[in-house]
Amino acid sequence: MTSVSPELDKRFRAAAAEEGLLDVAYDVIDSPVGELFVGVSDLGLCVISYEADPDAQLERLARGYGSRVLRSPRSVDPARRQLDEYFEGKRRRFELDVDLRLARDFGRTVLEELGRVPFGEVTTYGALAARAGKPRAARAVGTIMNRNPIPIVLPCHRVVGANGSLVGYAGGLERKQQLLRLEGALLA
Amino acid sequence: MEPVRIPPFESFYEDHKDPVFAHLRRLLGQGAEDAFQETFLRALRAYPELRNGRHLRAWVFTIATRIAIDESRRRRPTADLPDDSVLATEDGLPPHAELGPLTDDLPPKERAAVVLRYGFDLPYDEIAAALGSSEDAARQAASSGVRRLRERSKQP
Repeated sequence: MTSVSPELDKRFRAAAAEEGLLDVAYDVIDSPVGELFVGVSDLGLCVISYEADPDAQLERLARGYGSRVLRSPRSVDPARRQLDEYFEGKRRRFELDVDLRLARDFGRTVLEELGRVPFGEVTTYGALAARAGKPRAARAVGTIMNRNPIPIVLPCHRVVGANGSLVGYAGGLERKQQLLRLEGALLA
Repeated sequence: MEPVRIPPFESFYEDHKDPVFAHLRRLLGQGAEDAFQETFLRALRAYPELRNGRHLRAWVFTIATRIAIDESRRRRPTADLPDDSVLATEDGLPPHAELGPLTDDLPPKERAAVVLRYGFDLPYDEIAAALGSSEDAARQAASSGVRRLRERSKQP
């Protein structure tokens, strides 16, 4: 059967984004911590996931943001560029809008506070809970970190236990160590 | 019947892009690329309004077919009406560019069936897919369309 050329496919995907017809444009990008699924809505970056297989993401994104979810690499370019710079050690702060429309109430407040934890520093679950207005909600903050929709850019890897232990990371502890080492926040 | 869930557009596009492109190639030959892009952009615009995922193939084939008919008409905007005699035998039927204007006032389904069958030489199973109907219904639409044209061509 006559099939669509890669050029035509690319052209359509770019046109779809350019005309503003997508609820989420995504791509899968390479990084030193493995492949990342990266998605952008009209409001900004809405997902980064270590689970890079689109099949695992599409249904969930369609439910949350609308059914027009399409791979459209060009839309993801600004995020891709900044992530590359971060991993090359050339960027300490991301300048990207984020779309947290699916996070509500305390969860949203916590994620917004998380976005202010600076490069190369660590904080604790309890301290983050306090900054979000509920000092005793360290456990809840742990759950929110575990479900962080935009890891790396919202730096949940910078949140550790009160005794300094790494505790956990949705992408696996190895990645948490790798990111902290990259930022110079972890020796050895 | 229960409505079928609408899949994420990526899945819909991946499932249909090659058959739709082949269909457009068949209808338009070279230059099917623009029609392909227009088909899926139009599908994207209408996608949020879809309520049932059951007939997605027929739906997108219908969009593609309409775009192809418009495009072939655009390519031959001043096509004259052919002689009455061209409708007399199947072999003598005019190409799609002329069938377009000729069939203008047929009911839409008959028009599409006639144009796809005699203008583009499509088999009935593909016409059925394009129209979202059974093969029998496609066959019937084409034949009653042709009958209507014949009757009309007999009138002075």
